[in-house]
Amino acid sequence: MDQKVKDAAVFKENLQNFLFVFPALSIFCIFYIYPFYKMIHLSFYDWRGIGPMHFIGLSNYKELMGDHLWWDSIWHAGYITLIALTFQNALAFALALACDQEIRMKRFYRVVFFIPPVLSEVVVGLVWNWILNPEMQNGVHIGLLNHFLFITGFPQLVHNWLGDPRTALTTIAIVNSWKGFGWGFIIFLAGLQTIDKQLYEAARVDGAGRWKTFMNVTIPMMLPVILVVVILTILGSMQVFVLIIAMVNEGLVHHTDVPVTRIFSAMQNTDRFGYACAEAVIFGLVLISISFISKKLSDKAKQV
Amino acid sequence: MKTNRYVLWGMTRSTLIHVFLISIALTCLFPIFWMLRCSFMTNETVFVDQSIIPHHLNFGNFAIAWTKGNFAIYFFNSVIYTVCVVTGIVLISSLAAYSLSRLKFPGKNIIFYMFVAAMMIPLPGSFVALFVLMTKLHLVNTRLGYVLCMINVGLSMSILLFKTFFDKMPHELEDAARIDGCGKIGIWWNMAMPFARPAIAVVVIFNSLNVWNEYILATLLLGDSKLMPLQRGIMVFQGANSTDYPVLMAGLTMAAIPIIMVYLAMQKHIVKGLSSGEVLG
Repeated sequence: MDQKVKDAAVFKENLQNFLFVFPALSIFCIFYIYPFYKMIHLSFYDWRGIGPMHFIGLSNYKELMGDHLWWDSIWHAGYITLIALTFQNALAFALALACDQEIRMKRFYRVVFFIPPVLSEVVVGLVWNWILNPEMQNGVHIGLLNHFLFITGFPQLVHNWLGDPRTALTTIAIVNSWKGFGWGFIIFLAGLQTIDKQLYEAARVDGAGRWKTFMNVTIPMMLPVILVVVILTILGSMQVFVLIIAMVNEGLVHHTDVPVTRIFSAMQNTDRFGYACAEAVIFGLVLISISFISKKLSDKAKQV
Repeated sequence: MKTNRYVLWGMTRSTLIHVFLISIALTCLFPIFWMLRCSFMTNETVFVDQSIIPHHLNFGNFAIAWTKGNFAIYFFNSVIYTVCVVTGIVLISSLAAYSLSRLKFPGKNIIFYMFVAAMMIPLPGSFVALFVLMTKLHLVNTRLGYVLCMINVGLSMSILLFKTFFDKMPHELEDAARIDGCGKIGIWWNMAMPFARPAIAVVVIFNSLNVWNEYILATLLLGDSKLMPLQRGIMVFQGANSTDYPVLMAGLTMAAIPIIMVYLAMQKHIVKGLSSGEVLG
């Protein structure tokens, strides 16, 4: 009898404690776990969003393997990511190093560099689209960049930056870096500030110059932070999508396609839900393996 | 002589650093200034007026965007979504985090690691399946559907952040509250939440940014222009009036200024949140 009462009390206690988690858990199961499962499930079907579903096994995946537009889109995202990893992160690191010293207006810089990241991709995309406008009216370039190039004496550089397949992707990648470098900057700066100043002192006593100190103290101490920024940059830039839609409009051309635009158009424009899901699964696997590999690589680098 | 050269080198160096920093800062600010500038011009002057600051400030574009461009509705919707989603996330995730951190029940660890794993695994294309689900539930084109989806987006990160805070809470606080006759809900609300105020600030600011700037789910789930938030509305407006730059820039200004103001007011918390690495997991 006593044991029963005790059991009932324990059960009630557990239930009460579980109820705290219940709202979060149910939202999570419905809006995360179920779509996760459904995405894999649908990728084996031929389905137009309504009507009958036909099980077609791996056909979607087979078709995907030979889909040049799809693999091109992954390459485009990779190219944008490559520029983000090199140009954007180098800039962020250089700015963080500059701000880590005793200089005036430090706080001003820190505030300003993080303004592009708080703006939405729609706003950033459309403002840059306006600055890069290729048209002319009454003999004057409408777009600020072309106008600027014209009046500063570089009329040969005037260009349809977003309309030309050869420059469109690079232009998008640079705007993407403009929007993103503030994240890296803030994280790098925070990392630099946690480095013990005595280490620099010790290096100087040992007679190490600036460059040596940088290579032997700063870089090794910053490795974990650099790793975080690298993974965040890869995951962020590979999934860039809204920025591209805003910059080159809804009339997407294939040379600025990225995986998410492919998934989106498979679903919205051709109603191929199964195919879109197969693309999503493959893209998810690509992202997971990239972040896994970079984690492994940096673990190795840390041991050396 | 030697010291002179040293001082000179130091001055050149700091000047060079400042030139570098200022040029990048200008690159950050200029597009925003350019957007503001154009929003005060008219369709006639925008292509003609070459001056940096327009001679005549024209506020008409804001009125046109606000009324004819439907921005009043979009703006109102964005505010509603942001407030609802952020309130929902703070309440739901702090409740869950409190239980995961301070209370006991079987299966607790599995649930916690599930949320952690959700943060680590990128799901770039899950919106396809999410759309299918929402259609089944008849939640497409409803405010509730969009709010629930957006709550889910911010949930894992917020639970993690709250949990690291609740883990640090001293037991004495809880014991004192229990002696005063507080129940579990009472302790969560009266003790844990005030204790986690810094975490609340970080959760609020990052999720506000996220919801205010969200585009993909709004596009998929909200086809009715009465329900659209700003980011979606801007794209609709741009599609319909692609050449009316001054009004478009006025619309963009309305979407950008509130979030910049919030950022400037709360930027300490952003730096703190990012620096502690809690946001990054």
